[in-house]
Amino acid sequence: MPLPKPQSNVHVVTLQIDGQDLSAREDETIIEVCREHGIPIPSLCYLDGLSIHGGCRLCLIELEEQNRLLAACSTRVAEGMRILTNTERLQRYRRTIVELLFAERNHVCSVCVSNGHCELQTLAQGCGVNHVHIPYRYQRYQVDSSHEMFRIDHNRCVLCTRCLRVCDEIEGAHTWDLMGRGSDCQVITDLARPWGDSSTCTSCGKCVQVCPTGALVKQGTSAGEMVKDQSFLPILARRRHH
Amino acid sequence: MSTSASKITVATTWLDGCSGCHMSFLDMDERLIELANQIDILYSPLVDTKELPESVDLGILEGSVSNDEDFAKAKAFRQHCKLLISLGDCAVNGNVPAMRNAFNLDDVIERAYRDTVDINPQIPVEGVPRLRRVVLPLHEVVEVDLFIPGCPPPANAIHYVLTELIAGRTPDPNQLTRFGA
Repeated sequence: MPLPKPQSNVHVVTLQIDGQDLSAREDETIIEVCREHGIPIPSLCYLDGLSIHGGCRLCLIELEEQNRLLAACSTRVAEGMRILTNTERLQRYRRTIVELLFAERNHVCSVCVSNGHCELQTLAQGCGVNHVHIPYRYQRYQVDSSHEMFRIDHNRCVLCTRCLRVCDEIEGAHTWDLMGRGSDCQVITDLARPWGDSSTCTSCGKCVQVCPTGALVKQGTSAGEMVKDQSFLPILARRRHH
Repeated sequence: MSTSASKITVATTWLDGCSGCHMSFLDMDERLIELANQIDILYSPLVDTKELPESVDLGILEGSVSNDEDFAKAKAFRQHCKLLISLGDCAVNGNVPAMRNAFNLDDVIERAYRDTVDINPQIPVEGVPRLRRVVLPLHEVVEVDLFIPGCPPPANAIHYVLTELIAGRTPDPNQLTRFGA
């Protein structure tokens, strides 16, 4: 989230999104302006209240007369921008990204505690993914249930890094981190020790609430029961900056 | 059901699934009576015919392709059906049956038929089809024309697809169902 700047220094720019004339503060990102005006842009790693990661690439947008695509979460608005958010090319790329996420790990929605409350599942439906063209990898990932309150299922992780960022930026514990590369990449607690043995985890549960899928969940939940509440995040994030 | 030339002919079967998608089909309740005037189910676990007819307008397959019999059925449906629907998460994405793919097949069989069995543990070989190493969604074995995800897909989604097809349109059931629905 960009730091609030003094009002006097902020200029207003005018721009076009999908043919609609809009004005915005120059320190805003494209995704922020879209969200303010109810223009839907899919996203996974972006979350209001956390720093920008720009990793999931779902919020890619097009600028008219430019071939290069830009991530709406990590691009600030500029005077005269003409943005397209839902072209056929973008739709195709988004579908492919979602399909790749499903093919990489084992997201078995029907037996997931987040079934019906999962951002990846909703994204798939929203992007028109009714099956996956790419062959599934069927690689086995671990489940760590060593924490007395929470559980991580790496089969369902999309590496959005929301857990890392909320733990570091809001809770200030930095229990979570990343290890490995490519399809071996995974989130870890402390130095890849079991979560239950972590000496830094405060058991606050913020990572669980911001996780978009059923990767981070409360212990004791069964299929469809894990409903997440992210309402604390913008409130806490704003208080941290004041 | 009586056969009439104007009716759309339908064949259904389940591969490696729980039959829940067919139960969801039955959950269309009284709408089935209306449908019966427009479609003719020639082959299905719901009717008595033992052989897949030579040519069928619409094939509906539930379940993933997990053994040699599933594979043969999928091929036969593709060959005999003009339009093929992949019904439910097992057919669409492998779902629960495909969870065994992360393990070695021999270990899975050992676990199911020896390790966890107290009395007379043995691996069945007679009268059962051979399990394939990798469980696959239907579209990785044969070409599929329409996908209805869901576990099971709601009766509304199935009804929508059938009535749209009867009306000669190409349905997109995406608003009515999703993975895991």
